[in-house]
Amino acid sequence: MTPLDLYTLAGVILFAAGIHAALARAHLVWKVLGLNVAGGGIFLVLLAASPRVDPAVADPVPQAMVLTGIVVAVAASALALGLALRVAVRTGQPFLPEDLPADLPEDLLEDLAGDAAADAAANGAGDAAGDAAG
Amino acid sequence: MTSGLDSIHWMTLVVLGPLVASMVALAGTPRTLRLGLALGVGSVLVGVGGLWLTFGGGDPVLRNPLGGWGAPLGIDLRLDGLALVMLTMTALVGAAISLYSTAYFGDISFLPLRDSPAGRGARFFAPLWLLLWSALNGIYLSGDLFNLYVLIEILGLGAAALVTLAVTPKATVAGMRYLLVSLVGSLAFLMGVALLYVVAGTLSLELLAEEGLQGPLPAAALALMTVGMAAKTALFPLHAWLPPAHAAAPAPGSAVLSALVVKGSFYIIVRLWVDVYGVGPGPAVFVLGLLGAGAILWGSILALRQRSLKRLVAYSTVAQLGYLFVMFPLLVSGDGGGWNVDAWTGGFYHALSHGVAKAAMFLAAGSMSYAVARDDLSAISGIAHRLPMTFLAFGLGGLSLAGIPPSGGFVAKWLLLRAALADGGWGWALLLTLGGLLTLAYVLMVLRYAIDRTDPPTTFRPVPRRMEWTAMGLALLSVLLGFRAVEITELLAGALP
Repeated sequence: MTPLDLYTLAGVILFAAGIHAALARAHLVWKVLGLNVAGGGIFLVLLAASPRVDPAVADPVPQAMVLTGIVVAVAASALALGLALRVAVRTGQPFLPEDLPADLPEDLLEDLAGDAAADAAANGAGDAAGDAAG
Repeated sequence: MTSGLDSIHWMTLVVLGPLVASMVALAGTPRTLRLGLALGVGSVLVGVGGLWLTFGGGDPVLRNPLGGWGAPLGIDLRLDGLALVMLTMTALVGAAISLYSTAYFGDISFLPLRDSPAGRGARFFAPLWLLLWSALNGIYLSGDLFNLYVLIEILGLGAAALVTLAVTPKATVAGMRYLLVSLVGSLAFLMGVALLYVVAGTLSLELLAEEGLQGPLPAAALALMTVGMAAKTALFPLHAWLPPAHAAAPAPGSAVLSALVVKGSFYIIVRLWVDVYGVGPGPAVFVLGLLGAGAILWGSILALRQRSLKRLVAYSTVAQLGYLFVMFPLLVSGDGGGWNVDAWTGGFYHALSHGVAKAAMFLAAGSMSYAVARDDLSAISGIAHRLPMTFLAFGLGGLSLAGIPPSGGFVAKWLLLRAALADGGWGWALLLTLGGLLTLAYVLMVLRYAIDRTDPPTTFRPVPRRMEWTAMGLALLSVLLGFRAVEITELLAGALP
């Protein structure tokens, strides 16, 4: 196993760990951090690919991809963190409703619910007016 | 590189035009908002027109290396019949949505407080939508995987922001969920791209196709990219994020998301499976088809159970996206192991007519809830008598979706059915028919509410004429698509490798 293989392997592990955190953790900041770790893992795989394609000279294409990828990741993280803050302010919880612990008060759950519970709540006039106001 | 000199300007124009227009609109004064929309619509229409004039003449694919730097280092734009058809559909639907939005957000010479839903919508809809338009056009024209990643990420970020224009907790949560799904999806895609680069040392779709990708690593890459894009296309069972997100956006935003944005990630899946990998018959295409079948049935059943108009239309999107994936098992059933042309043209004809019809339906639904300031089905009771043109637009769009002749939806379903029956695929044929009936059921359910006079709405806000006729224009277009099918199907068939 060469050092490059180690990089690739570490990259894949980081990617898996990050995606796992993004899916399994409830807290929104955890999710955003998980996505960043996963992104880092991909960058590691790309950098390890750089000398592999042509052993004599490092290939600049993967490095360019990593640079662009970092820019995209910064933009995505900024938007995600900003939205997470809004979620926390507007719902009082830094979680998505489906990730909430089950012992929260009933009315709060109904308020926040995205899918099934919103159908059951049958569109209180309040948020429908918000949807429609133009 | 033939005829590169002519077409490169048009290709650049349809991507850069809306991007520049988005920057103009971002300045946020009423004047720049109008200027931005005009600039975006104008540049795309001119660019697409130019592409129609330069396309054809023997060469089925136009390639343009930007700045003279070709693959593998540079950025290649490529145009084939499929890209041209998708660009055109997006341009027409986009122009109608842009017009609608100027009336929907009201008199934008006065921008109310920043955090009121109306104010934020009026202020940020145009720049976000123009950004999405640029990304979509770029996806259709892109010839390499990494550009696709960047563009799909722009598409995802812009789309999530569009959902949160309404400041309600519900919209914020829906937008957050959408953004997370979208980011996980595009990271999975990027990991696939990285693996492919390790294997093949190129990102160009055409060079990758020549590699004849085989073996476990390319297969893993395809799986990652497909799951990522399927999540962004809301393929069953990864669809749960779509209805709350699409329903929470302001009406023109819902139309953009449901009619256009989901097609971007679907288009990438098709490019990968058909152009790059050339995936033949086997369990993989069958699984995609089964998931599509699940989407058709489950999405339609849930649509029937909705009490909110916009959520009903959003669940209908989940169902209709299923047809696009049913295309895959039919596609590989051609003679002698080749592609089945009927499945291909039928699948994309469905993508086109769904784009047009769904935009018409969401715009019409938006006009209805605009009038009664509510969104539940019981509130639109009797609206057909107050807004006859909007009612008709919703109905025509819905009937086209259900595949009633003569309409674009009918041509699409008919081609898909022919593909299924040619191969003896009775199960698929039955599914297509059942899906059509379910669609008819939920469309008629809305129409029944709209005609019912027993409980007329208490409040009624007059709807600007422009909102009514833009929806009507799209609805008519979805019907007209049923009359001039030959040119479009020929273009589509020419794009099949």
